[in-house]
Amino acid sequence: MHAVADSIELSFPSSRRNPPGDVAMWVFILAELTVFGLLFMIYGVARMKHVALFNAMQLTLDRSAGAVNTVLLVTASWCVARAVASIREEASVASARWLAAGILAGLGFLAVKVGEYAAKFDAGINLDTNLFYMFYLSLTFFHFMHVILGLVILAYVWRKTRRGGYTAADHHGMETGASYWHMVDLVWIVLFPLVYVMR
Amino acid sequence: MKTATHWLDAIWLLLLLGTGYTWWLGESGHAGAGAVTAILAVALVKGVAVIREFMALRGVRLLWQGAVIGWLMVVLAVNLAAYWKGI
Repeated sequence: MHAVADSIELSFPSSRRNPPGDVAMWVFILAELTVFGLLFMIYGVARMKHVALFNAMQLTLDRSAGAVNTVLLVTASWCVARAVASIREEASVASARWLAAGILAGLGFLAVKVGEYAAKFDAGINLDTNLFYMFYLSLTFFHFMHVILGLVILAYVWRKTRRGGYTAADHHGMETGASYWHMVDLVWIVLFPLVYVMR
Repeated sequence: MKTATHWLDAIWLLLLLGTGYTWWLGESGHAGAGAVTAILAVALVKGVAVIREFMALRGVRLLWQGAVIGWLMVVLAVNLAAYWKGI
């Protein structure tokens, strides 16, 4: 196990002490996480005060759609991580393909979410329906907007990768974009169990 | 380098398994303190895996790792505490 860990360590720059990508992006990521964290904690307190309502309303959510979306986002994150690993090997064609796969998985997430929203709106559900749905719609839509921004960033990185804009020696921009995308994935990894499953 | 990509693949599989387990707990009607603790523990493992391996914070200054993993732990702990208080 130590041998495996040591060999994996070799694939990362051993002298790197700062996170991959631009430090300014990491400050932005920490700010974003702070906002989402506050919202999640407020959600938890609101749930504590209205347990029966939250438990009843949660049963009206499509948990399978939430799980499919989790699979799509973690898969997108994996593709982006593989894209970064590929560019470190100077394999820009493979890197662009991994990025394209990640973007497709992200678009799949948006499609499933739009389907969920459509079903809720058709059922007459909106922000005023009750406290649970106010949180559900606000939290998931706020995250939805972040997925869109993440996809715009990935699309830019993909285009630049296809044009040979990144190399094994210089792929700082790709790492910056990848870090933002992983943040979007991380937030959903918390949101899914809190809103869709925990009861 | 192959080992590194295989490691990323293994992390992806771990994330899929965790997601499947969480979904199964919800679908099979598991509820209560034990189920919620398991659900949040899985979220913690998945989150730490993403932070350390996909975000590649493993090996960077502990301050950076601590900030993001700390964020995850605080959010999950507050929700677990709120759950217990609300039972």
